[in-house]
Amino acid sequence: MLSKLWTTLAAAAIGLTALGSCALGGDTIKIGHYGSLTGAEATFGRSTDNGIKLAVEEINATGGVSVGGKKFKVELVSDDTEGKPEKAGTVVTKLITKDKVVAVLGEVASSVSLQGAPVCQEYGIPMITPSSTNPDVTKVGDMIFRVCFIDPFQGLACAQFARNDLKFSKVAILFDQASAYSVGLKDEFGKALNKLGGKIVSEQAYTKGASDFNAQLARIRETGPEAIFIPGYYSDVANIALQARKLGMTMPLLGGDGWDSEELAKNAGDAIDGCFYSNHYAPDQPTEIIKTFVGKYKAKFGGVPDGLAALGYDAANLLFDAMARAKSAGGTDLRAAIAASKNFKGVTGTITLNQDRDAVKPVVIVERKGGAWGFRAAIEPK
Amino acid sequence: MRPERTARKGGATGIVLPSARVDQFLQTLKDSIAIGSLYALIALGYTMVYGILKFINFAHSDIVVLGAWVSLTLARWLEAQTAAAWTAASPPGFYVGVFVLIAAMAFCGLVGFTIERLAYKPLRKAPRLNVLITAIGVSLFLQNIGQLERAFGTRPASIPALLPDRTLVAIGRVNITLLDLVGVGTALTLMVALEWLIFHTKLGRAMRAVSHSTTTASLMGIPVNRVISFTFVLGSALAAAGGFLWALKYQQIKQTADTSWTLLGLKAFVAAVVGGIGNVRGAMLGGLAIGTLEMFGSAYYRSSMADVYVFGLLIIVLLVRPGGILGKATVDKV
Repeated sequence: MLSKLWTTLAAAAIGLTALGSCALGGDTIKIGHYGSLTGAEATFGRSTDNGIKLAVEEINATGGVSVGGKKFKVELVSDDTEGKPEKAGTVVTKLITKDKVVAVLGEVASSVSLQGAPVCQEYGIPMITPSSTNPDVTKVGDMIFRVCFIDPFQGLACAQFARNDLKFSKVAILFDQASAYSVGLKDEFGKALNKLGGKIVSEQAYTKGASDFNAQLARIRETGPEAIFIPGYYSDVANIALQARKLGMTMPLLGGDGWDSEELAKNAGDAIDGCFYSNHYAPDQPTEIIKTFVGKYKAKFGGVPDGLAALGYDAANLLFDAMARAKSAGGTDLRAAIAASKNFKGVTGTITLNQDRDAVKPVVIVERKGGAWGFRAAIEPK
Repeated sequence: MRPERTARKGGATGIVLPSARVDQFLQTLKDSIAIGSLYALIALGYTMVYGILKFINFAHSDIVVLGAWVSLTLARWLEAQTAAAWTAASPPGFYVGVFVLIAAMAFCGLVGFTIERLAYKPLRKAPRLNVLITAIGVSLFLQNIGQLERAFGTRPASIPALLPDRTLVAIGRVNITLLDLVGVGTALTLMVALEWLIFHTKLGRAMRAVSHSTTTASLMGIPVNRVISFTFVLGSALAAAGGFLWALKYQQIKQTADTSWTLLGLKAFVAAVVGGIGNVRGAMLGGLAIGTLEMFGSAYYRSSMADVYVFGLLIIVLLVRPGGILGKATVDKV
């Protein structure tokens, strides 16, 4: 409550100083970020915010971004959704109408992005989601973009990895029925695994907020799968892993990018050993761009950046890249410039936006081994 | 076929059962009792406050959360004082767990006392709706203050192991562990203690008198305010015990405003209503009923409908027996 009061006061102060000048007035240009800065998936929002902050700091250090031949300092306005879909509409409306941002970044969770996107579309402000992987998000309208892959590909990559690399044929699924992300990924994984000759032996559901997974796990145990696919978020996955091991289930668990948080291994401990998840990048991949990014992030925030931080960084940089090419920072011009993004060199791979405004790029499989997450395989899009 | 006994490692007795169906049944039964006793423990706080003040204390589930987080913070701090990390393989002495439990109960009891004094007591003569709204305010306050980095923060955390990982009895594939026994045992012990306190002590008699009629009780010389304070302390201490056992059972606990806590509070509240709100035995019965229904429904029908069973039962009870299973039907004259 207190922290929120301060944010409000700070926002009010910013509002007062900016009074009488719109976002383009003076020498600054404002971009907005809406994310789960508090709430159950707070690490998602905070990591993304850190990634964006790093990108903003870098561009400002070079004198700012040039739009239509004039240099502007970039100012980031971040606002909290608490990870709640019902708050997204209000927060995004506030960013656009009150803070007058020229572009919006966010959210991580697809269910939240799906509520924020229509507002951006309505006001004609481009939105780039760093990490919402549900296909429906960019289908909201032509103002909505993303710099990550989409669930059909992520599900396919997970299934390919499970079937071709790990040679599993019997896999069970435990998914969050209240999350668009989880349901979408589950469907795609199941379809892909069946096509590859594997079989889903059991499909169990839970609802966001559940803490006890014993009943579902006991049913899965009866079907004797070689692995369990859990397309959920890290805080639930930790509980599931701990309870599965207590039930004597030792098979590897597989998941998607919702697993990506250092909290998972911290809380699940040994229970998560030998598990895999698909992600946008792995911090230990030996490329120059990743090494530089990890170094800079560590120096500023301490700790290894997760995939969401990397995507936040990429989304912001892609936006700056588009701004430099845009005729003006107006919605239509900016939109056209973002849509034309090609072979943008990001931390999470080379990003080209297709006609659906989705990024086409590889999926990385990360493995927990010897107490650390490490790069295992990269699966290229076709 | 007769169950045959085999020796297992760790000195546990193993009983081999013929069928996987029995396995599943016993597993579900075990989980039902484990979760049901927790619901019951938390439901007691709702029911006691309702019995005495006739209002729903919406901040009660936040005291459970506080109990869990205080236990976790204290256990971590104690662990940091010792050289070794506490794991299920190398746990601390049993007394550490007992100490953490008692400390959490005492702390939350104090918080419960303070909340009652500051938030509810000034509203004793106000319409009941005001108190209800205040309770929601207190709940939001606790949820948000808990998210501050200086308090518990926004990240999930896990409690160090306080008990050894020991299987006491193994029936088929169902292991009854020391953790299960301690969890259910503590909950039952506290419930029996409460039952004794309410029905066999002078204080308990005073509580029952206040619950029956505040005015008459005060005319009889019962210090009503003190009894109300005590009820809050008691309810909050039980909530803290619930939080502690929750943390012990699930290891990882989520931040104070997480949906899982709201859901836990709601289910415990449903348990209190199903059993008959205001009735202590009803709360215990309701907790076990909810736990059993939820677990068996998930295990034998659809796991996706776990919450539907719970709230479905609430609807049925409210339609068929509005006073709850053990509650008295009362007629309000309008």
